[in-house]
Amino acid sequence: MASNEEILAGLAEIVNEETGLATEAVEMDKSFTEDLDIDSISMMTIVVNAEEKFGVRIPDEEVKNLKTVGDAVNFISNAQA
Amino acid sequence: MSAPVLKQAPTNAYSRVIGIGAYRPDIMVTNDDVCQWIDSSDEWIRQRTGIVTRHRAAADVSVIDMAEGAAREALEQAGIEASQLGAVIVSTVTHPYATPSAAAALTDRLGATPAPAFDISAACAGYCYGIAQGDSLVRSGAAEYVLVVGAEKLSDVIDNHERTISFLLGDGAGAVVIGPSETPGIAPSVWGSDGSKWNAIGMTHSLDEVRNLGETARHSDESDDQAIISAAQDVWPTLRQDGQTVFRWAVWEMAKVAQQALDAAGIEATDLAAFVPHQANMRIIDEMVKKLKLPETVMVARDIADAGNTSAASIPLATHRLLKENPELSGGLALQIGFGAGLVFGAQVIVLP
Repeated sequence: MASNEEILAGLAEIVNEETGLATEAVEMDKSFTEDLDIDSISMMTIVVNAEEKFGVRIPDEEVKNLKTVGDAVNFISNAQA
Repeated sequence: MSAPVLKQAPTNAYSRVIGIGAYRPDIMVTNDDVCQWIDSSDEWIRQRTGIVTRHRAAADVSVIDMAEGAAREALEQAGIEASQLGAVIVSTVTHPYATPSAAAALTDRLGATPAPAFDISAACAGYCYGIAQGDSLVRSGAAEYVLVVGAEKLSDVIDNHERTISFLLGDGAGAVVIGPSETPGIAPSVWGSDGSKWNAIGMTHSLDEVRNLGETARHSDESDDQAIISAAQDVWPTLRQDGQTVFRWAVWEMAKVAQQALDAAGIEATDLAAFVPHQANMRIIDEMVKKLKLPETVMVARDIADAGNTSAASIPLATHRLLKENPELSGGLALQIGFGAGLVFGAQVIVLP
């Protein structure tokens, strides 16, 4: 089981890979769309890569609820538990 | 008395693509044109899809016209006469008649009668389905030469004001001739379907609904023609997709299928000269390239920027262009993968003609 810090670090790497944003910019309270300027297609790519990295399933209908980085970290953490 | 022994057709060890042709219609639709119909911008469309223009056919240019243009070039390059064709397969979802097939009319126009002729409905995977069938027909000895065409007039089944798919789509046709070969030219196809996602891409209405509207019109008092016309416009079936589901399936599942096709061919990504995925969205192409870890030496087809998504025609059109711009690719290995409404998918490695 990865800790929330580990999930955040892993997610930041995925976001960096997809968007080129610095990993430090990916913080728990940041909104994917408003703060990080991530569009819907990048978001799906990030979701697909997060599923692979963390071994979880993030259903399509859940993706719209993942507004902040923290939402995603918590979802992945709960899904792993 | 001994039982009679059946004759069976002698088989061919190998098959390969021996000629390719393309037809690109004249009308160019830019992103600015599209933005008259949907609230968007050139920048937004380029960023999300990689599309800059798409070609569309004039009202008097049919799927069969486009198929014929592509087929004639493919036959010429293959160096065979139409009369030598042992089968004609047209992949299309936009031939406007449920029956007879586009393939039968095409066969007659080309002078290939009485070759067996049939259409296949496998949407954006249709060309790869056609290659799988053409390869099997040639190697089994059922046909010496097979014409495989992907032809689409998607502009007939779009609603310009709709935002999920219409602005992506273009018209066109691509064709290849498959024939027997001394050496392996078409690796095993990895093809399949997932009908649990039948609703992910499809039409807004069934033909039953169109018929029912016709019935209503027939029984109306004719004083309300405008309402009937407007209802008819509403009921005309057009394409829709659940972009999120399709994008995810394409990136996640199709990269695996592409890898399986490489494995089935017994080669590595580094052995490829070219990668020709279905031209659905530049972002899907980019993501597949990453997932497959393709080295920079592999030429990636990105015809979508100019041609949009032309469904069954996209892979042969993109291949035709790659070969025209890079003739040295001829004889090299190309991984091609189609995927789309069904959902269906097909992939194989071929030796480029």
